[in-house]
Amino acid sequence: MAITRDEVRRVAALARLRLEPAEEERLTADLDHILEAFERLRALDTSAVPPTAHVEDFSACLRADEVLNPPADEALLANAPARDGRLFRVPKIIE
Amino acid sequence: MSALHDLGVREAARRVRHREVSSVELVRAALERIAAAEPQVGAFLTVSEAEALAAAAEIDRQVRAGQDVGVLAGVPVGVKDIICTAGVRTTAGSRILEHFVPSYDATVVSRLRRAGAVVVGKLNCDEFAMGSSTENSALGVTRNPWNGDHVPGGSSGGSAASVSAREVPAALGTDTGGSIRLPAAFCGVVGLKPTYGRVSRFGVIAYASSLDQVGPFARDVGDAALVLEAIAGHDPADSTAAPLAVPSYGDALASGVRGMRLGLPKEYFVEGMQPEVAEAVRAAVTELERLGAVVEPVSLPHTEYAIATYYLIATAEASSNLARYDGVRYGLRVAGGASLGEMYERSRAAGFGAEVKRRIMLGTYALSAGYYDAYYLKAQQVRTLIRRDFEQAFARCDALVTPVAPTTAFRRGEKTDDPLTMYLSDILTISVNLAGLPGLVVPCGFDRAGLPIGLQVIGRPFDEATILRIGAAYEQASDWHRRSPLR
Repeated sequence: MAITRDEVRRVAALARLRLEPAEEERLTADLDHILEAFERLRALDTSAVPPTAHVEDFSACLRADEVLNPPADEALLANAPARDGRLFRVPKIIE
Repeated sequence: MSALHDLGVREAARRVRHREVSSVELVRAALERIAAAEPQVGAFLTVSEAEALAAAAEIDRQVRAGQDVGVLAGVPVGVKDIICTAGVRTTAGSRILEHFVPSYDATVVSRLRRAGAVVVGKLNCDEFAMGSSTENSALGVTRNPWNGDHVPGGSSGGSAASVSAREVPAALGTDTGGSIRLPAAFCGVVGLKPTYGRVSRFGVIAYASSLDQVGPFARDVGDAALVLEAIAGHDPADSTAAPLAVPSYGDALASGVRGMRLGLPKEYFVEGMQPEVAEAVRAAVTELERLGAVVEPVSLPHTEYAIATYYLIATAEASSNLARYDGVRYGLRVAGGASLGEMYERSRAAGFGAEVKRRIMLGTYALSAGYYDAYYLKAQQVRTLIRRDFEQAFARCDALVTPVAPTTAFRRGEKTDDPLTMYLSDILTISVNLAGLPGLVVPCGFDRAGLPIGLQVIGRPFDEATILRIGAAYEQASDWHRRSPLR
């Protein structure tokens, strides 16, 4: 086994996903199967190989730190699942 | 004389500029074609008829006023629904964004508009671009225009199908592991994945940020080159968009391939490949030789590790990118939880489909304490080896020519039960993303069932001009790209 059901539960909690028991079971089997196939990477000796995080060889092109966006609070708030005037509403987070 | 919806990009734009046809007429013809073909194809999630007709009328007004309306003058285009369009909903094929309306255009969309193009609608895709068949869309079914029992490929399946079915002459897609090239091959159209950094991703919903790139679909190489030229180049809003000048891609298209050195990677003719695919690609390579190219075998020895490398890196990046969907500021919220944490968990559980959850889980696992070195770091190191393979090949070759996928378009439902089998569809496209290279697909034949086969041409970083030139030379000597499904 490359991954257990308990590990799937732990990872689901990290990923903020609520899984049904059937989903948990399916994901355990799927991830186990996938990770098993990915074991082949271990066959390669990479001890002297630097990692590639991204391929660009020029550094990030930064612009001046100026506000360019037009005010769009109404357009943005129009997508809010719940709002209160100009505020986003969320469940209470402090007791 | 061909119908208006059959016109390619260059010819349509030429007629608008010369006032032989109006943009409104072109857009109406596209809308009629869409209405007629959609029951069989299902490429569009949203058709923005009113906005398109208004934009076309404005282009026509400018033409009448004698203004320069750009290289894509009045031409209808479709845009993958993972690319933001101001005021027109943008879903990423997901329930979690089903009703999301962006307040701004992605840079590629504003550049299309600036070049005179008219966006007629938003095209279906696998949810968050995660898939190889478009079957992971939560919002619609897209069929292959050549045979409705088969998939269009993915994740940009709607984009490829809409161009193949003559609904629009060009469309935009995105390619993270093959999502432009695979559907282009499956639907028999031209598709181009530019070099990482060639095109801005500002306003493109992120999947895997070190791999994602936007590119065009069209019915011939010249049209794809023109659309690329319109969207490419540095963008102050995307720090990864390279500060390099954009060449005039159309200029070199007719220069031919005489004396060019083309590499044929032996690892790309994989075991279990459909024989007709290998035959068609080899025949295309022979044709390029006849046209004067010098073809030599090359080796990309780490190809067999690409699937594992890609699916660890892409899912790790996805798990981070998709953390933003929390039901707070936009997107689906499932109420009923007592706490904020419960609201996140319920909203994400209800909003994401099975494949998206699978990839978030895989990526979160690969990044989690105790597994980071074994999976994520290891994959990044192998990515270096894959990149070096290409550097060695390009020390001798101007471009590489390969198949796009081991098979033609597979049947709908054929691979949905086994995620790993679906992942293997990307085996010949994903290394290009890991190395950040440009890749062009042109039609090069059909199998016995009448499904299209594509040829992939891979170039050096920022050398789209060379692969476009190779594609144009092949296209000139063949007529595969002129065939059309759906009469």
